[in-house]
Amino acid sequence: MADTQTPIVPGSATPLEQAAGPAGTAIAPPGSARRRRRGGPLANLWVAIKSNRKATVVAILLAIFTVMALAPGLIAPDDPESEAFPSSAGPSVQHWLGTTHYGQDILSQVVWGARQSMIIAVGVGLFATVISVLAGVSAAYLGGLPDSVISLVTDVFLVIPTFPLIIVIASYAKSSNNAVLIFVLVVTGWSYGARQLRVQALSLRNRDFLESARVRGERRSYVIVVEILPTMTSLLVANFLGAALYAVLTAAGLQFIGLGDPTANSWGTMLYWAKDSAALQTDQYLWAIVPGVCIATLGAAFALLNYAFDEISNPALRPVRRPRARRDS
Amino acid sequence: MRFLLRRLGFFVLTLWAALTLNFVIPRMMPGNPALAMMARFHGRVSGNVLAALEAEFGVNTKASLWDQYWQYLGNTLTGHLGVSTTYFPQPVTDVIRNGLPWTLGLVGITTVLAFVLGSLVGVVGGWRRGGKLDSILTPVFIVTSSVPYFWVGLMGILLFSVILSWLPSDFAYDNELVPELSWPFIANVLQHSILPAATILITSIGTWILTMRNNMVTVLAEDYVRMGRAKGLSSRRVMVDYAARNAMLPNLTGFAMSLGFVVSGAILVEYVFDYPGIGFMLLQAAENEDFALMQALFLLITVAVLLAVLAADVLTAVLDPRTRTQG
Repeated sequence: MADTQTPIVPGSATPLEQAAGPAGTAIAPPGSARRRRRGGPLANLWVAIKSNRKATVVAILLAIFTVMALAPGLIAPDDPESEAFPSSAGPSVQHWLGTTHYGQDILSQVVWGARQSMIIAVGVGLFATVISVLAGVSAAYLGGLPDSVISLVTDVFLVIPTFPLIIVIASYAKSSNNAVLIFVLVVTGWSYGARQLRVQALSLRNRDFLESARVRGERRSYVIVVEILPTMTSLLVANFLGAALYAVLTAAGLQFIGLGDPTANSWGTMLYWAKDSAALQTDQYLWAIVPGVCIATLGAAFALLNYAFDEISNPALRPVRRPRARRDS
Repeated sequence: MRFLLRRLGFFVLTLWAALTLNFVIPRMMPGNPALAMMARFHGRVSGNVLAALEAEFGVNTKASLWDQYWQYLGNTLTGHLGVSTTYFPQPVTDVIRNGLPWTLGLVGITTVLAFVLGSLVGVVGGWRRGGKLDSILTPVFIVTSSVPYFWVGLMGILLFSVILSWLPSDFAYDNELVPELSWPFIANVLQHSILPAATILITSIGTWILTMRNNMVTVLAEDYVRMGRAKGLSSRRVMVDYAARNAMLPNLTGFAMSLGFVVSGAILVEYVFDYPGIGFMLLQAAENEDFALMQALFLLITVAVLLAVLAADVLTAVLDPRTRTQG
């Protein structure tokens, strides 16, 4: 074990840096060093996904879910709404996962259900991240009273238990379509990211490159968007994924208790109907198992990707055991 | 002391925010859904009760919004939470009193247990970083903590209740039993709590393991840990007294902060198992449009979480001298 590792000199290129060479040149034309740096975040993302095994697996999973969400008609054999099939049938050649109590094809429902989860995940991920950035970074950058006020509001939102609050709002709103659902999840889900981003931005506040931007007389908004944000790309990605995971799980929970959009086809709603018709007690196991597996897989994909990015952005958390480098400079 | 005062201020402020949300939300919704509820109860309830409900939701009242707000705050703080329409004519406070012990027993104990166990595993995992435990446990628990709570519960029912029929799948005790302080009844209650408790434990423990492990990794790089090693202390001593004690502090704050998430999951677990706690009640109230009960439960859950946060703060103040000196 130790012998195979000796060629790696402590302090030499990390896996990330090693991989950066070929991938970087593949994207930007060779020689144009400036272009290469411009494409930085995206190229880094690509390299990160390729160099981390967890990230690779997860990227494939997400690709599958994206195809399911974009073109469910291509994969699903039947119309998910159709109740024309025999009721509560087991798996067969026509219906790979069997049918529901109402005579719907389970496989088709599962495939079509991906769209709901993906829309909610991406929507909440994006909007929540934007609000987190606005609140967290500006709090850290402005400092003083604005910082105190924004941080206080963030903490209040963080501590109030979100799910009961969502239940209260959703039950007043009667049926929650996707827009309502995304709005509620964004309102309740932005605070965690804001807190993290604020801490990160605080550690940057007195760096020289920000000082020089200030001396140049740049506007605050410019400094925040152009100077600070690019240094936090990995944290932003992690933030997006965290919010997306939160959204998938919470939305599934809401749909499961019957507070989602009752007309839409979603995994949570499938589970709601499965519980409603006592699927577990009447041998219709697949009806209750498959949507849950999908939610869990999508959730795990986000969580694992998040973790992979944690490892990439923070070398201290990498699971690889390496000979301890002595830092006697 | 200043640290605690500041946290107390935060407690009061958050409580006020929750109270205000509770007041604003029904009035913000299009076509005031409380009106529909009132209409259903006209003629069935006495004038007094109706007037109280009307005051609570701002229906049929000529008082200004400001006056309504003060009246609502006064009523809530003195424990006048209105009358439940589901369990009519019981006041909301009585209804809650029936459900609270079940939730405290199930969710409270399980959450603390998950935190303690998770932290312990995290300490060992972080200490032997890259070891067997670390490389197996961590990914497994990332996956389990991204699985929906309620679905784990459903699978628990499927496996242990439907297929193996080892454990009961719903309610807190067998229907034919009368609640009493006898051994058979307690055994029955414990038996009924195994599946829901295991569900909460499995799904929430991952977070604590992960954060504790990462804290350990960070703390282990500190000079005082190296100093401890250099002094030739036993590795158990370094692990527990030098590293774990310090790694614990951020985890404690994290515990307080993510308690809201745990409670959210627990509500769904109660729903899956028809467990007669306040989470199940909350969902029932939402379903039956019993708004007074629903809002009171939201407040209660918020207060419970806030109290836990405050407790964690006090504990932090006791454990971490820095919070006492810096203020």
